[in-house]
Amino acid sequence: MSTSIAASGHAATRERPPIGSVGVVGWMRTNLFGSVWSTAVTLALGYIIVRVLFAVFEWGVVHAIWSVPYGKNGIPDTSVCQNVKGVGACWAVLADKYRLILFGRYPYDEQWRPAIVVLLFIGLYVVSAMRRFWRKELALIWVVTLALVAILMWGGVLGLPLVTEDYWGGLPITLILATFGLAFAFPLSVLVALGRRSTKLPAVKVLCVLYVELIRGVPLISVLFMASVMFPLFMPAGVNIDKLLRAQIAFILFAGAYLAEVVRGGLQALPKGQTEAADALGLSYWQRTGFIILPQALRLVIPPLVNTFIGFFKDTSLVLIIGLFDLLTMGKVALSDPPWQSFSTEVYIGLAVIYIAFCFAMSKYSRNLERDLSRARNR
Amino acid sequence: MSQTVADPRLVAARAAPKKRMRLSWSDPLFRAIVWQIVIIGVVALVAWYLISNTIANLDARHIATGFAFLDRVAGIPIGESLLPYNPAVNTYGRALLIGVLNTIKVAAIGVVLATILGTLIGIGRLSTNWLLARLTAFYVETLRDIPLLLQLLFWYTILQGLPAPRQALHIGSTLFLTNRGLKIAELDWQPADTGAVVAFLIGVCGMVLWSRYADRRQDATGVRPSAWPVALLLLIGLPVAIWAAMGAPFAIDYPSLRGFNFQGGGTVSPEYFALLIGLVTYTASYIAEIVRSGILAVPKGQWEAAGALGLRNSEVLRQVILPQALRVIIPPMTSQYLNLTKNSSLAVAIGYQDIVSIANTTLNQTGQAIEGIAVIMAVYLTISLSISLFMNWYNARIALVER
Amino acid sequence: MSAPAIVLDKVNKWYGAMHVLRDVSLTVMEKERVVVCGPSGSGKSTMIRCINRLESHQEGQIVVDGTELSDDLRSLDTIRREVGMVFQSFNLFPHLTILENCTLAPIWVRKMPKAQAEELAMEYLSRVKIPEQAKKYPGQLSGGQQQRVAIARALCMKPKIMLFDEPTSALDPEMIKEVLDTMIGLAETGMTMVCVTHEMGFARQVADRVVFMDRGEIVESGPPNELFENPQTDRLKLFLSQILRGH
Repeated sequence: MSTSIAASGHAATRERPPIGSVGVVGWMRTNLFGSVWSTAVTLALGYIIVRVLFAVFEWGVVHAIWSVPYGKNGIPDTSVCQNVKGVGACWAVLADKYRLILFGRYPYDEQWRPAIVVLLFIGLYVVSAMRRFWRKELALIWVVTLALVAILMWGGVLGLPLVTEDYWGGLPITLILATFGLAFAFPLSVLVALGRRSTKLPAVKVLCVLYVELIRGVPLISVLFMASVMFPLFMPAGVNIDKLLRAQIAFILFAGAYLAEVVRGGLQALPKGQTEAADALGLSYWQRTGFIILPQALRLVIPPLVNTFIGFFKDTSLVLIIGLFDLLTMGKVALSDPPWQSFSTEVYIGLAVIYIAFCFAMSKYSRNLERDLSRARNR
Repeated sequence: MSQTVADPRLVAARAAPKKRMRLSWSDPLFRAIVWQIVIIGVVALVAWYLISNTIANLDARHIATGFAFLDRVAGIPIGESLLPYNPAVNTYGRALLIGVLNTIKVAAIGVVLATILGTLIGIGRLSTNWLLARLTAFYVETLRDIPLLLQLLFWYTILQGLPAPRQALHIGSTLFLTNRGLKIAELDWQPADTGAVVAFLIGVCGMVLWSRYADRRQDATGVRPSAWPVALLLLIGLPVAIWAAMGAPFAIDYPSLRGFNFQGGGTVSPEYFALLIGLVTYTASYIAEIVRSGILAVPKGQWEAAGALGLRNSEVLRQVILPQALRVIIPPMTSQYLNLTKNSSLAVAIGYQDIVSIANTTLNQTGQAIEGIAVIMAVYLTISLSISLFMNWYNARIALVER
Repeated sequence: MSAPAIVLDKVNKWYGAMHVLRDVSLTVMEKERVVVCGPSGSGKSTMIRCINRLESHQEGQIVVDGTELSDDLRSLDTIRREVGMVFQSFNLFPHLTILENCTLAPIWVRKMPKAQAEELAMEYLSRVKIPEQAKKYPGQLSGGQQQRVAIARALCMKPKIMLFDEPTSALDPEMIKEVLDTMIGLAETGMTMVCVTHEMGFARQVADRVVFMDRGEIVESGPPNELFENPQTDRLKLFLSQILRGH
């Protein structure tokens, strides 16, 4: 009896969920049309997004000009671009100016050197991001890479012609300011963070607090001005620090204060028992700090460290204001060329793409890392 | 029995003896003092070296020191200022003060607008509507990946690309958007209007006092007197009454096209507008994340427990969720307010004359770089210290009492 | 005759205005096993943490293994080498393997060569019956295993005295026995032990003496059986009634 029912009614014993609640249709019903309000929002936003995307596509692709003819003396004839202004983008400005924007006034034939430098920096970031390289050897990799960068940019050795800093510009400057800034600011920030938590040396603690609060209370602009205008006064007569070095020192001081707060957060998050266990075993202050405290604290704060680095990467653009030629400044310099003066939107979009490429990659990495680390910790 | 005897650990018979130091390297106090003297000595030496170089260099270039220049005539043209200003007559001191006011003008309004926009976007991020959630996520991510300076230049370019006054974009005859700025119809401000504003503020104080009274009534009888009639009276009735009593003036100054530009009405310069839009959109993306994580920080169990107790949604929000969410939100929020204020210093790149811009011009004209930078740093340090003090006070006041 | 391993003489400690140790005097002989018990807040943890200077006393004298405990840094180094401590929350170093946890101090404080330190560590890990975990990380071990590693880590410094600060209070009930067994094994080797614990069974089995503290002072002290069967003071009677209620 029961078997015959079972045999004949197999469709009844294996119920399926209603068609409208699973699959693509089901997903759309919950997420896009879940309520009256939600439906209204979906329709309104959908309409706006479609209109905007179409407009952007028309401006950026359909009616865009990709190259312009060149006149007799190599001067570009941009009347084609001017005619479609507002209707079509003039990507020709990027085609004409990309070398200037990326590499500044670096001698044309030697531009392979800053190109390799950019690749070296990207490689350095990628290697530092991979967890299998998180050992003491990483510091060595950083030192070697940064030394290579210095050699390639300056030259003067190994048969490379010398190129002084005033000819450097564009993306390498942005990367140099950010990376060397981080490289020097990081050890400084660790010392300042340790100093700030010192209970036995109140004078050191006060100095560290003053440094951090002073730098964090003022805008980066003022620190750059201070470096640009006051550093020459600090040096004995005749000693000249070049502009790049002044800006670099300003960045290191600025980054050091912010990184110090990040590291301090990590030190505070460590349970007190770790310090006590190390003390009970008889380890000295520096043994305890180097073997037990710092390895754990630094690992805790890697996501905020990466986020702070992204901030600095963007902040390098401020050297526009003190006349140093980074990526953003070179964009403006490119626009000062008379034929291309009215196409700032296209140049700005090009710059934005480069910044987004770097910053989005780093920010995605930091989010993934945070997720992985917190998952491992809460096992 | 043992409870009636006072705890002898708290009612101490004696106090702790003082520590004495021995002059030996193995005494930690002695060692600490020696190290500190050494470190301070090194810092002082370096400072002395830098300062003596500076004095020598300043002498060699015949640059004055001191703040006497504040009383000299400025000669700096300032495009927009909240105080009357004449470059041929007013001093550097006044010019710098105007710079500070300009900074405050953009920071204060920027903070309010960024909070509103950021909160809306943050709530949008949490929406169940997938499209809205993704769109706001895209907004937040993109704006945080582009340097603020680039965004400001971009907005400034857009505003400069607006049509000339003759072909201005407009809403009726009240709002005109041109490449010379935003022109709005402005209320002709009379003393009666000031009176109305003062009456409104008095009304707000009255509402605060009334709500305390209402608390007491609720504690005593369980019934809370309704707020609406009193609010209507104090916040609307009172200001209107004062305004009417002082003559009920109402005149609007409409911008009208005369020649190549508008006359009358209020003006928002393209520099200020670009700076404001750039700062607000950028900071709103950070505030959105803060609001989002604040709301997420309140465990779902709180909603469930409060609802299970029978509280209405509005009461759940007010009594249970918001106090907890605000604890998490307010510290990073004030930090963003400070960032917005510091970021307003980028005004110098698009020609809005805030304190950094005017101080920069001043130090270029007088040659007194150190004093100029000191002024800039002093202004910002004052602002950030005030915000820090407020933060500490607020944190201490609302800290959850824990064991 | 055995010599005194630890002497506390009229030790007083204040936390700010709060007088947390009041005229505490205690002598622990070599090879003696002392259990300290008392209600929470009685100062028992504070007292044993004063013995290896994790807390400092303001009045009175503490002499450990013949060296007086004071601010003097050299004496502190000497004492910490001879005194091992096991904590309630284990405090293993999570970023190092079990083996590295145990060899860290012998290598850097006793200046032992690495191979010798590792041999020593493996010996003690075998003694606490988890040699196979040597290459794992603390996060991969259970609470009971972690505490046994903590004991081995302290033993690798070859201390003369072992202090235990509520070693089983943070463990799940089924893991308490393995740690207590390890401690009993240790006691049988003749180690001088001072142990703060609520485990009365352990006290009865191992302790030569039980010390009862309440509100910052030592109230009663004596062999475990006498103390538990014949409490003299009201305070001890109250305490015993509270902790034995559950049994």
